[in-house]
Amino acid sequence: MTDDAREAVGDYEFGFHDPEHSTIRFDKGLSEQVVRDISELKNEPEWMTEIRVKAYHHFMERDMPDWGNCGSLHEINFDNVTYFLRSSNATENDWDDVPEDIKNTFNRLGIPEAEQKWLGGVTAQYESEAVYHSIREDLESQGVLFLDMDSGLKTHPEIVKKYFGTVVPHTDNKFSALNTAVWSGGSFIYVPKGIHVTMPVQAYFRINAKNMGQFERTLIIADEDSSIHYVEGCTAPTYSTDSLHSAVVELIAMKGAKIRYSTIQNWSANVFNLVTKRGVAHENATIEWVDGNIGSKLTMKYPSVLLKGEGAHAEVISVAYAGKGQHQDAGAKVHHLAPNTTSNIISKSISKNGGRSSYRGMLQVTPKAHGCRSKIVCDALMLDSESRSDTYPTMEVGNSTADLEHEASVSKVSGDQLFYLMSRGFSEEEAMGLIVNGFFEPFTRELPMEYAVELNKLLELEMEGSIG
Amino acid sequence: MTMSEEILRIENLHVSVDGTPILNGMDLTINRGEVHVIMGRNGAGKSTLASVIMGHPAYEITKGSIYFKGQALEELSVFERARAGIFLSFQYPAVIPGVQVGTFLKKSVQSVREEPLKGRAFRKELNAAMDALEMQKGVLSRYVNDGFSGGEKKRLEILQMLLLKPQLALLDETDSGLDIDALRIVAKGINQVAPSAGCLIITHYQRLLDHVSPDFVHVMIDGSIIKSGGPELALKLEDQGYDWLETTPERNA
Repeated sequence: MTDDAREAVGDYEFGFHDPEHSTIRFDKGLSEQVVRDISELKNEPEWMTEIRVKAYHHFMERDMPDWGNCGSLHEINFDNVTYFLRSSNATENDWDDVPEDIKNTFNRLGIPEAEQKWLGGVTAQYESEAVYHSIREDLESQGVLFLDMDSGLKTHPEIVKKYFGTVVPHTDNKFSALNTAVWSGGSFIYVPKGIHVTMPVQAYFRINAKNMGQFERTLIIADEDSSIHYVEGCTAPTYSTDSLHSAVVELIAMKGAKIRYSTIQNWSANVFNLVTKRGVAHENATIEWVDGNIGSKLTMKYPSVLLKGEGAHAEVISVAYAGKGQHQDAGAKVHHLAPNTTSNIISKSISKNGGRSSYRGMLQVTPKAHGCRSKIVCDALMLDSESRSDTYPTMEVGNSTADLEHEASVSKVSGDQLFYLMSRGFSEEEAMGLIVNGFFEPFTRELPMEYAVELNKLLELEMEGSIG
Repeated sequence: MTMSEEILRIENLHVSVDGTPILNGMDLTINRGEVHVIMGRNGAGKSTLASVIMGHPAYEITKGSIYFKGQALEELSVFERARAGIFLSFQYPAVIPGVQVGTFLKKSVQSVREEPLKGRAFRKELNAAMDALEMQKGVLSRYVNDGFSGGEKKRLEILQMLLLKPQLALLDETDSGLDIDALRIVAKGINQVAPSAGCLIITHYQRLLDHVSPDFVHVMIDGSIIKSGGPELALKLEDQGYDWLETTPERNA
């Protein structure tokens, strides 16, 4: 790592990188030809090629968002991004068959170990495509599909065609257009009626190359009365130049189904993380986003739920940690489109060393959605006076029977808390770490234990050496 | 004990907050095994004294010194004082949202003892201390002082004191707002620690002294000790208040 890069990101634990692996690497920059080449390389059906091309043109015509961190968004140089890089010719189902360097990287990230202990399935994506994939046999025999998205399209084109782009159309925003044009990798999951996947399945996304663009596309369909917990993690090496991560995630929870989607995003501080995540919940279905944003240079991400069926429920719990040079613009959107739907939004953000965190929320209740309930709690904690926190809540309520609660707070770590903890033997850093972990506790208690422990360690690490 | 072992020595201590003098020439020595009580009106500087000994950054020592077992305390930061064996039971303990009491206690004991704790041995110790203080185990999964009643907070303070086994225990109005049962339990905790430590109890009321027998009672007025005596002094204060002290010549002694 160069000194400049070190200066920019501090002591990011996952900033190491491997020598670049590529069996196929596209030249930097984007054109219709690049889009068509990606599709051709993957032997896709023509309808997918057409969707990509249409999305490409929409992307080119669409303006940048005029909200969020516009200044930072305009720093993205789309001509300096590698849009496709294949690092391994096959997706293996045995770690021993994965190229040595890549395997070592995932070992360092602890993925194979976690897989053995407590996961129902794993996809490991390196650059543009999955290099490893596995699912427990018992899940497979129950008809659960858990594939990387490219394989999903190959083997179940009818399901993909039916749902792809129905929740997040390419016209949704500039970055959903970009993703639709150049998507590669991501997860495809289908859970049959009545099946409960009790062990979480995990996808891990790793960017390794410089100036890489990663555009995974995830589609999860939980059929009636089924349930699944999907977990994703992401890291990247630290470079002094930027990388771009722009994913689209679509969730469909049929009648009575439940999808929980947990993310711990810990990109290095040179990654633009511009992601569109949205789910549709049908009658009595539940969608839960558990969304942790620790890394990246700029994140703009607002997990959304469309409560389309009566009695559907949305839960969005998110945390954001913005350190030096970071801006976490995150939040939640919930649309109550049907009667008696309920939602619960908890957002917690911490800013430190001049970092900036923004909560951007949207709550909509349509006129025909009677008897809805929603509770929103936004808490921001600032660890010093040079940091920044903003809140941008929007409410559109078209039905007077709605029962809505909104609480917001901005606080600083109090001297009383620090003195109390230090009088109990904690150093100032340890005390800070404890306060921060406690602040995020409503989030961490929702994570599988192994992740909660990791996240707490990560945050304690962030507090080290941070106090002058 | 034939030889008295000095735990705390305060010499001519002057302390200010934001330029306002609070302590004005305070002297006090506490030996191991001694229980000292400081009484005085609100604003006399009693809580300031406790905070200064613990090392609160808002208080500035303008003159004089504090020694803990012969070592000048100004060399030590707050957590180093805690690790050296000084404990303060807070009048208003801070709330730490999201941090479970069990986790907090374990980490705190680990920090102060500066060695890894053996899980089972610690649980045993914790159970014994909680039983002694008649505390429910459910407290361990609650967040530190979050939503606690006054009595619950004080009991948690005493629990921490039992676990941290201080050599100098400072108790800042630990008895305030306690009902008779809670008072008895808190006193039990103090009596458990007192024989092997120096104890400094700050209080407004004589009633704690029905359960804890002090060796010395000091009266503090305007930032210094103006009279010292035995337990009978506390009774006299309870009976007659502080006015009689202000008219005695000892004030300027």
